[in-house]
Amino acid sequence: MTTSAVSLPASLRPRQVLSWFGVAPFFLFALLFLILPTLNIVVGAFRNAQGQATLENLGKLFSPSIQSAFWISIELSLLTAVLGCIFGFLIAAAITLGDLPRPLRNAILTFSGVASNFAGVPLAFAFIATLGRLGFVTMLLRHWFGINLYGSGFSIVSFLGLALTYLYFQIPLMVLIITPALDGLRREWREAAESLGASGFQYWRLVALPVLWPSLLGTLALLFANAFGAVATAIALTGSSLSIAPIVLFAQIRGDVLNDPHLGYAIAFAMIVLTAIANGIYILLRMRAERWVK
Amino acid sequence: MTGKRFWSWLAVAFGGLYFLLPLVGMFDFSMRMQRGAYSFEAYRVVLADPQFQQTFGYSVVLALLTIVLGILIVVPTAYFVRLRFPGLRPVIEFITLLPLVIPPIVIVFGYIRIYNTSSILPLTGSWWGTNILLLFGYVMLSLPYMYRSVDTGLRTIDIASLTEAAQSLGAGWARILTVVILPNVFVSVLSGAFLTFAIVIGEYVFAALLNVDSFGPYMVWMGGNRAYEPSALAVIAFAITWACMGLIQLFTSFSKFSTVRR
Repeated sequence: MTTSAVSLPASLRPRQVLSWFGVAPFFLFALLFLILPTLNIVVGAFRNAQGQATLENLGKLFSPSIQSAFWISIELSLLTAVLGCIFGFLIAAAITLGDLPRPLRNAILTFSGVASNFAGVPLAFAFIATLGRLGFVTMLLRHWFGINLYGSGFSIVSFLGLALTYLYFQIPLMVLIITPALDGLRREWREAAESLGASGFQYWRLVALPVLWPSLLGTLALLFANAFGAVATAIALTGSSLSIAPIVLFAQIRGDVLNDPHLGYAIAFAMIVLTAIANGIYILLRMRAERWVK
Repeated sequence: MTGKRFWSWLAVAFGGLYFLLPLVGMFDFSMRMQRGAYSFEAYRVVLADPQFQQTFGYSVVLALLTIVLGILIVVPTAYFVRLRFPGLRPVIEFITLLPLVIPPIVIVFGYIRIYNTSSILPLTGSWWGTNILLLFGYVMLSLPYMYRSVDTGLRTIDIASLTEAAQSLGAGWARILTVVILPNVFVSVLSGAFLTFAIVIGEYVFAALLNVDSFGPYMVWMGGNRAYEPSALAVIAFAITWACMGLIQLFTSFSKFSTVRR
């Protein structure tokens, strides 16, 4: 950069121009590596191999195999989002309102920071080592309690196994997001409710939950998107035996199978739409939540 | 309030069980390579594997480059937006959130389509091009975390006064940014950097789809072909994540301490 602007008075125009050079790399970067690649996919979803506009690609999404992959993905994301919200909320409530020692609260929050980032391949390995055929807990159950986990039909390479694994990053994320919201519940609200004769249950139903509602629903949407985009965990855990949307897309890109890249575009486009809706709900509800909890 | 306390302990105990068992499980499994005895054999095998050394070293270098490039892009942007273009803030914030909204696998699909060998900018055609593409991809993945950290850091200092003071002493923009602004937001930059490191080091989807032999694909390959080594790798990866988060906590609490003293 230059030093020529230094001697000029603060309000002179050339400085403004120079400042643009400070932000220009960012916009160029965002354009080349974020916006254009995404637009390329979106436009591609509406074009056929000859470059003409068409809805044919999106129509292919409704073939039975693709449709079922999306349904499994949606079910998996929804289930882990709901369970993540419930369990994360219980843990967050325990550490904010439950009279627990302060160091424990800090330890749990730190651990949540680690666990919410401990996703992907290593997480899958940890669960295989724990609940796999020869895993730690599988063996423990067999030797100590005589329970044959795999005999009862459980497998880590299944919908249930994947859901259990996803919860490992879903619950901590919920704890991290909802703890500040619970901290924002004022003691005065509870005291006011109690002085008017409300029971604990009434306080939660009529005061606390209505205040927390936007945060809870918003986080649910965020957790949904979080699970929906997770690919590495699923691939490392199941190979590609469980057909969920991101894995189908991964296989499409990798092999360029079915000699139809436009089906890949359509799957990718549908994924963008779903996560964009979920994130949109999150952002909207987050803004509503901030009106109250501050 | 003993009832409340009881339920809280119960919730934490159940949570603790769920979260600790997989850690115990992976550690236990990683120690069982030698029959009948606990040993660090799996770790020895992994650490001695030239493939591990190569891919891990590659990912470390790539993570460091990602951090440097991320700082070069994000710090000037966040600074100039705060100082000169407050109106641009919503736009920039929206853009930096996009990598969380659009699934990474979709973005890398876009890369493969735009930068393939028959395009204007055939990055995927050469070794260098692919690495540069992966590097920019990782900077993009880390954008939400990096921008948030730096912007939070800038909020706590008076950049307008600092800039004027530096200008009146004759400093140019490059100088202001490197000598005045960067040291003041150093702790925030570091926490963004550690988070970036934790994300990039084991990243799989980008590397696999761009056909780069980094640590993520190596781990998946091991997972498919070996029994005990994957657990050792998972323990190593967990230790790295833990170290990164620990360092963030350490630096932020240290900075709180120093600002209070000031």
